[in-house]
Amino acid sequence: MRSDSQTSPAASPWLKLAAWGGLLFLHFPIVVIAIYAFNTEESAFSFPPKGFTTEWFSVAFQRQDVLEAIGLSLQIACFATLIALVLGTLAAAAMYRHSFFGKESITLMLILPIALPGIITGLALLNGFKAIGLEPGMLTIIIGHATFCVVIVYNNVVARFRRTSASLIEASMDLGADGWQTFRYILLPNLGSAMLAGGMLAFALSFDELIVTTFTAGHEKPLPIWLLNQLTRPRDVPVTNVVALMVMLATMIPVSLAYLLTRDGDSVAGSGK
Amino acid sequence: MTNAVEFIHTSRRFGDVTAVDQVSLKIAEGEFFSMLGPSGSGKTTCLRLIAGFEQPDDGQIVIHGRDATGLPPYQRNVNTVFQDYALFPHMNVIDNIAYGLMVKGVAKKERLARAQEALELVALKDHGSRKPAQLSGGQRQRIALARALVNRPKVLLLDEPLGALDLKLREQMQSELKRLQRQLGITFVFVTHDQTEALSMSDRVAVFNQGRIEQLDTPQNLYNRPATEFVASFVGSANVVRGELAQQLAAVDAFTVRPEFVSLNDSTNTVSLDGTVTDIQYQGANTRIEVEVGPGIIIAALQPNVLHALASGSAFNSAPDDSTEQALPVIGSAVRIGWQPEAMVALQTAAVSPTNTEITTESAGA
Amino acid sequence: MSSVMSIHPSGPAAVSEPPRNLLQRFSDRLYLQPRLLLLLLLTPPLLWFGSVYIASLLALLWQGLYTFDDFTMLVSDTLTLSNYVQLFDAANFDIIVRTLLMALSVSVFSALIAFPVAYYMARYASGKTKAFFYLAVMLPMWTSYIVKAYAWTLLLAQEGVTHWFIELLHLTPVLNWLLSLPGIGGNTLSTSNLGRFLVFTYIWLPFMILPIQASLERLPPSLLQASSDLGATPAKTFRHVILPLSVPGIAAGSIFTFSLTLGDYIVPQLVGPPGLFLGSMVYVQQGSIGNMPMAAAFTLVPIVLIAVYLSIVKRMGAFDAL
Repeated sequence: MRSDSQTSPAASPWLKLAAWGGLLFLHFPIVVIAIYAFNTEESAFSFPPKGFTTEWFSVAFQRQDVLEAIGLSLQIACFATLIALVLGTLAAAAMYRHSFFGKESITLMLILPIALPGIITGLALLNGFKAIGLEPGMLTIIIGHATFCVVIVYNNVVARFRRTSASLIEASMDLGADGWQTFRYILLPNLGSAMLAGGMLAFALSFDELIVTTFTAGHEKPLPIWLLNQLTRPRDVPVTNVVALMVMLATMIPVSLAYLLTRDGDSVAGSGK
Repeated sequence: MTNAVEFIHTSRRFGDVTAVDQVSLKIAEGEFFSMLGPSGSGKTTCLRLIAGFEQPDDGQIVIHGRDATGLPPYQRNVNTVFQDYALFPHMNVIDNIAYGLMVKGVAKKERLARAQEALELVALKDHGSRKPAQLSGGQRQRIALARALVNRPKVLLLDEPLGALDLKLREQMQSELKRLQRQLGITFVFVTHDQTEALSMSDRVAVFNQGRIEQLDTPQNLYNRPATEFVASFVGSANVVRGELAQQLAAVDAFTVRPEFVSLNDSTNTVSLDGTVTDIQYQGANTRIEVEVGPGIIIAALQPNVLHALASGSAFNSAPDDSTEQALPVIGSAVRIGWQPEAMVALQTAAVSPTNTEITTESAGA
Repeated sequence: MSSVMSIHPSGPAAVSEPPRNLLQRFSDRLYLQPRLLLLLLLTPPLLWFGSVYIASLLALLWQGLYTFDDFTMLVSDTLTLSNYVQLFDAANFDIIVRTLLMALSVSVFSALIAFPVAYYMARYASGKTKAFFYLAVMLPMWTSYIVKAYAWTLLLAQEGVTHWFIELLHLTPVLNWLLSLPGIGGNTLSTSNLGRFLVFTYIWLPFMILPIQASLERLPPSLLQASSDLGATPAKTFRHVILPLSVPGIAAGSIFTFSLTLGDYIVPQLVGPPGLFLGSMVYVQQGSIGNMPMAAAFTLVPIVLIAVYLSIVKRMGAFDAL
């Protein structure tokens, strides 16, 4: 893995091998899921697969529980993303330039819901909801998801704020635009794509989140919980494979879009889950 | 005559730092006024106080006879050309220029026409549809200028606008700015740390140091009659003589003499000193000779270079060979340096108080 | 000279614009009082986090002081320290050590795999290749956690892909030897600690790659040229310049691998030998047993461990590389 050349532009073969090997390791399990989704075998753990079929897709899409789980997850992700967008953008606007007492603590507080293990966040929220008599359900899932999605939006928007020169805002006001006009004509167009990217990532995160969700879901069964329950049902393996593949593809779209929206310098990831 | 801008005992503090300390000054209408000083001297803060990006902690800012203290930038009829130009990256050039008119509610047709006019004023009429990222540094600079001028401000503020340009372009923009200012008759307030720039363009210059104005005067007076040691050495190069020697030569606590007024082995000098040459620097047009006249006291002399080195061999040079008179001494040799008494300018040694600044302002503005 | 004083009116601010409406006046006020604007911006997120999150978290830790009656299975609000004391029981301590060791080894191993990928991305890949690598790391990172865990149950299964490959390469004796090792092994790959370790490493690996890549990306090339200019061989440049300067990135990445492994309870459930993990213990106490006070007390363990870990990596500059 040691490269023996920093000055020459070519990487050593060992480094290349290690780098591409790492990528292969990251994608191999995903490819396996994709292959199994087309497997003819019903209890498909054997490899190589015995044959090719697409029938499981139609089976999966006729299953009421699958459709309900997808619908529920989509709704939760939409609401959680909206809340996270508002809160994350407000926090970013407040924090990007001013320094004030307690700023560090606020940053820590925003990051805590994803920095602490999901089980703590989940249990704390469950406990809190119980204390105020809120029955676990869709609303509690949304509140939980919104809480850990805020930091995703915040990170994207604050990075854009920092890249947006402070003199742009001053220039706008200097030319006669008041606060609202400056927000509408200068800030929003400059922040727009970062907010969109943050929103996409928040959506993807909410759509996939399992651990906090298990605590706050009550009797609801969003997609990740549906998948978890499937793991104890060997007879359903082909349907599980198909849904797993669909979930992966569904996540890839917003994440790729977010990348395209921010690739001119902002880092999308850094701290995300 | 109305003043375009007036500071009345204005102060601005950031935490423990007093960026602008009790500054009082008046900028006349139609004047090309420069604020000169090292970084951190308070000149940029003064500009931002006029623009409205900062509000004074004490004192007042008056713009065209109206108290602007407490007014946000968008309610002031002044516009700024920013150091980094601050062109809106998501708008094309014409929309950038028309922005000020747009937010004021000027109809689209009129504002585009006026923006186009402004674009022609800065000689970039075909660049309206480009994005700022597609322009060179010099072009961005002109667009920033056009964007500020299109609003017909009473005062145009320029924050080191030429700092990012290379030397050639900078000289070109200097004369262009000067031309625009004469043509439009707008008051220009120009912030710079470059003394050549300030001297060559301005009607008057305020020299800032540590949040205060050291001297406010015409470029000629700043150079020939510097009030303080700081001004003497910040504007051009200066020999400053203090203490016993100053008392002995000029009967003052401190005085300054420009190196170009110091000559070597010149019998016509009425003030003269013996010393040893410590360094000789060839500078192209001139040669700088440093002479130690007492322990640790160095006086520099600047001699224009003449063609004595080439004289004998050059077919074009028919001038008499004056190398005997102009010959350069060698390092370590003893020389007698001297100057005329009128070359000496007495300096104030104590820190300048605000009252002094006021007096300087009054006398210069009169 | 006296005219100086007469020019400026000392009355209220003279405004040339037409009178401003309420919204505009509010905007003026905000501009002139940035603290007010700051307060307005911060109030909604602070209220949300304060009431939803921080309050819940504190309430949870407070619950750890409540008493759980083993016979009636009821919780009473008699305050006691016994839950927190019980954390140090041998059985519970075992759980803590087991989880901690796993979190540390996963962090170390992920760093080893991640470094060459990140190094290649930052120093050698450019243009399209770099974009490809970036997306190729991003996508698995954001792919559903449960799908990734599920994929590994398929991979590690007795007739699954891994076994097929191992047989293909005639490495079965090696696998059997590995599985016979105490601490690492188990009956099968999917019930061994080795299997669990592989799954954890896989799932959190992208979180390690990206911070390292970012920290290497920030190294100015002139630094490397300076090092070789001063006579360092490439290997020495790597060891004395690149590696030390990538430590903040590695430390930042390890925050994720460490903390995410420490609190996980799904992977230990799906892969690996019996024996609880911290997360599983919390889950079991809360869910199956209904001993909320004990579950709450157990959540203090990862919080403390992570706080200690954060204070260590903070010194390595991890926070600047986040």
